[in-house]
Amino acid sequence: MSDRITDPATTSWYEASARARLDGLLDPGSFREFIGPEQRRMSPHLPLFDLPRAFDDGMIVGAGRLDGQAVLVAAQEGRFMGGAFGEVHGAKLVGLLRAALDQKPAALLILFDTGGVRLQEANAGETAIAEVMRAITQVRAAGVPVIGLIGGRAGAYGGGGLIAGTCSRLAVSEGGRISVSGPEVIETNKGAEEFDSRDRALVWRTMGGKHRRLTGGADAFADDTVAAFRTAALRLIDTAPAFDLATLEAEQARLEERIARFGDCRDGTEIWARLGANDPAAIPAMTTAEFDALLAQIGETTHDAR
Amino acid sequence: MTLAEILTSLFPDGHAVSVADGLVSGDGPFRGARLAVVGVDGNTPLGIEGAARLSRLVLDVVRAGGGTPILVAVDSDSQRMSRRDELLGLNEYLAHLAKTLLLADASGHPTVGLVYGHTAAGAFIATALATRVLVGLPGAHPSVMDLPSVARVTKLPLDKLEAMAKDTPVFAPGLDNMVQTGAVQGVLDPARPLAPQIAAVIDAMPAGDTRDALGRERAGRPVAQEIAAQVVREAALG
Repeated sequence: MSDRITDPATTSWYEASARARLDGLLDPGSFREFIGPEQRRMSPHLPLFDLPRAFDDGMIVGAGRLDGQAVLVAAQEGRFMGGAFGEVHGAKLVGLLRAALDQKPAALLILFDTGGVRLQEANAGETAIAEVMRAITQVRAAGVPVIGLIGGRAGAYGGGGLIAGTCSRLAVSEGGRISVSGPEVIETNKGAEEFDSRDRALVWRTMGGKHRRLTGGADAFADDTVAAFRTAALRLIDTAPAFDLATLEAEQARLEERIARFGDCRDGTEIWARLGANDPAAIPAMTTAEFDALLAQIGETTHDAR
Repeated sequence: MTLAEILTSLFPDGHAVSVADGLVSGDGPFRGARLAVVGVDGNTPLGIEGAARLSRLVLDVVRAGGGTPILVAVDSDSQRMSRRDELLGLNEYLAHLAKTLLLADASGHPTVGLVYGHTAAGAFIATALATRVLVGLPGAHPSVMDLPSVARVTKLPLDKLEAMAKDTPVFAPGLDNMVQTGAVQGVLDPARPLAPQIAAVIDAMPAGDTRDALGRERAGRPVAQEIAAQVVREAALG
């Protein structure tokens, strides 16, 4: 697959490689990569498992411009090791966040595409996720919005879901999924009665993009195109909340209210009905325009506190 | 050590820390003021309700001000694995809990993690790993995933993984391995009173995040620090 994009308006974000997403997201020709693949900073651990390595370890970081504004960007390649966090992969994002404290870009964008921790480097990946979360709060406290874009084939699972929840703002598409335990993990540990991971509609209703947007787990819903994610990112930069006590108090109230209102719901459709959707069963098939109209009609889907 | 033994060693004159539904909360006298304690006990999985209760407790401490330090004591399972928790957005609840701890630390409330039993995966990230300094007690067993599960995912025989685990700290569960990656700063001595040991940890807190430097020194994470530093250098060239 090509890493260059000819028409961002028709290129699927889900199908695109991480490099192609960056190519179409940023202003043309503006991307400058840090520790590019030519440096071959590969995982020092995967050879122990006789596994192939990637020159970029599945994480691409650098600087670019978004509608003229200087931004720092990180993109995970979900097709390498499921986009999972290993030592080098995680350290590149940690370094980018530390650079943001020096550079003060207009925003730092994270293009999520990850199954979570890379088990072959589990301790390094887990620790890197903790470092990333601390660094994100420092970057946010310094006034730089951290925007997450979620629409890749690997979703944002495990520690990736926790990092997403630490960002200032999130845009998600239909194919984007955000969760901690993935369907297969729940099924393996708790049985198919608890979660049938082959039931794709159930997966989607439980952790998919529209459900997250409806319930406040994401701030924007984007079409599955590179251009749509660019538009969403630009809009979210301007609405990023501060990282302070007031924001976290409001998030606390938001999350407690969610348990009070929906804690007895067994399925996404029950929650959507309670939110005021007249025909919750129709939501999965809605176009983005129809879904946006529904969001406007429900009128309580602006969740500033994150 | 059990939680009761820890609390007795930490607060020899008594304390107001209690456990309900596996969640630890309260405080005790510490250096002429108070030490707040939150946490998870009894190998309890952390779900949305538990995370929301802990984050509320942390925010109460921040709102009260005064620089009260917070001890995050953890003997937990992993995150609670259920369809309902994920339906309601467990990632947001766990991230929120971590954010409250990170805000507390940034607001002058030193945060110390103490792993004294098990902890794993998302529950580990949201609690002990979200503190400024994390220490352990002998016998603690933090992990990302147990070796049988790693064997299933990596499709490697368990006996081969067990042999590999002896030589490489980067993937195998256990306190020593998390010490080597730098996630756990050190191991406390259960034979000596814990109050002065925790006080010493607070007094020696590094200003920044030194976990990758520790990981390099201890050879458990050989390249993370230099990779991050190189990114910062290359970014500055722009």
